[in-house]
Amino acid sequence: MHSKVAVVGVGQTTFTRSCGISIRELCFEAFREAIDDARNLSTEDIDGSIICSAPEYDKQRSPAGLITEYLGLNPKPTFLAEAICASSSVGARIAWSFIRSGLHKIVAVIGFQKMSELTSAESQERMLRGGDIMWESPFGSMMPAYYAMFARAHMNEYGTTEEQLAKIKVKSGMYSMMNPKAMYQKETTVEKIMNSKIVASPLKVFDCCANADGASCIILASEEVAEKISDTPVWITGLGLASAPLSLASRKTVSSLSCAVEARKQAYKMAGLKARDVDVAEVHDCFTIAEIMAYEDLGFCKRGEGGKLIDNEETYIGGKIPVNVDGGLLSKGHPVGATGGSQIRTIVQQLRGEAGKTQVADAETGLVHNIGGIGLYGSIMIFRR
Amino acid sequence: MGFEKFGIMSYTKETKVEDFVKHLEDGRIMGTRCKKCGTIIFPPRADCAKCLSSDIEWTPLSGRGKLITHTTAHFAPAGFEAPYTLALAELGEGVRVFTRICKDDEKDKLKIGMYVQLVTKRLGDERITYELKKI
Repeated sequence: MHSKVAVVGVGQTTFTRSCGISIRELCFEAFREAIDDARNLSTEDIDGSIICSAPEYDKQRSPAGLITEYLGLNPKPTFLAEAICASSSVGARIAWSFIRSGLHKIVAVIGFQKMSELTSAESQERMLRGGDIMWESPFGSMMPAYYAMFARAHMNEYGTTEEQLAKIKVKSGMYSMMNPKAMYQKETTVEKIMNSKIVASPLKVFDCCANADGASCIILASEEVAEKISDTPVWITGLGLASAPLSLASRKTVSSLSCAVEARKQAYKMAGLKARDVDVAEVHDCFTIAEIMAYEDLGFCKRGEGGKLIDNEETYIGGKIPVNVDGGLLSKGHPVGATGGSQIRTIVQQLRGEAGKTQVADAETGLVHNIGGIGLYGSIMIFRR
Repeated sequence: MGFEKFGIMSYTKETKVEDFVKHLEDGRIMGTRCKKCGTIIFPPRADCAKCLSSDIEWTPLSGRGKLITHTTAHFAPAGFEAPYTLALAELGEGVRVFTRICKDDEKDKLKIGMYVQLVTKRLGDERITYELKKI
């Protein structure tokens, strides 16, 4: 009999532009919060850890060693998991497999990034190499440009407007005011967003998430121990993970992320549910267009109707499917390796009924959509209380 | 060696398809064709992912295609100078190309679906690239 797997503890640091502390200290804060979050858990109970980071930002080579030493996790096994922006979701999937196999009982997934160690140009250069270095980077490709190309194609194909993109950020800003751990806790307007500087047309500064420093930690446990550790275990009931070509030239579509569609099919099938059964979702809104594509890729609306969904405020609390009610990447900030864990934390809090002002009433089923890079890795996870 | 001359800035020196650059210098934009299964591949590859064969030959591309999407970057990564326009086009052979739109066309209104031609372009320092032009 395979054990079910639950999330029994969650933690994250406040995401900031520049944290002013070292990566080991950043991870310690998230880890301690996750340990304290579980009712009855100490460091010695953790029998393995997975450290998640996009290492091109790290000065420390092989940071798993450093971080587990500082957290007191030796001699339990540890290693680094990397899937760029989806690193900690992939870490959670590995932890799930470790527990399901019976090899481990309690695994900590710690994601972090201290992006402030690089200048903005240096981090753009890293992101440049996030495209195909042989055939696309040589032209000056970069993250915002790729997502701008998705946006342009989506606008052309479905009539999506820049105002609709801006409305995604307006929602994000509004909910970020209720998230003390968000980097920007600032409301904004369609007008302000529309008048912000163009980064890569049609995307403007406020259509883009910002680099951040931060760490997250989620602790997963087997069914036999989960109820001893936590009063409110949240079960992982569906997992999907897929890949897509790195090069844009090899993609069949540029108005959707095929890795998300494929991962969604796997996760819905495993959890035995449909899009309408999801009560609250966290989606990877690294750019405003990414949230619109996610609505469609997840089946929250028909293909091409993502813009209408935000027009009708269906993704606000009280709407058909509340999305990113913690402010999302757009307002929380996006410390690459920590983001998946932060999304999972938000959903776990929602399903426990601990989300305070942003609580979605009677949320029973939650979804996390976490994307790596320009849509090359897509992870979807389904959670139930 | 040789591939480092390709594009505005290159991160790759050595590849089995470095003759691509020699062809570019002679004014030809070439793809590869798998001799075993006949698949035309672009950007060129030395190894066919469909049948795992490495029996590959060069094949010229018409370069004529349609614009699929585009963006004008107003901020640039280290080593590049904004603004510039990046585009994805589908060529007649059914393959796609990611590159820049030529500077003269950049100012005009670009329309998805418009016809474009992929052409070679010499840059300073003996560098060479290809770009898309309106037709």
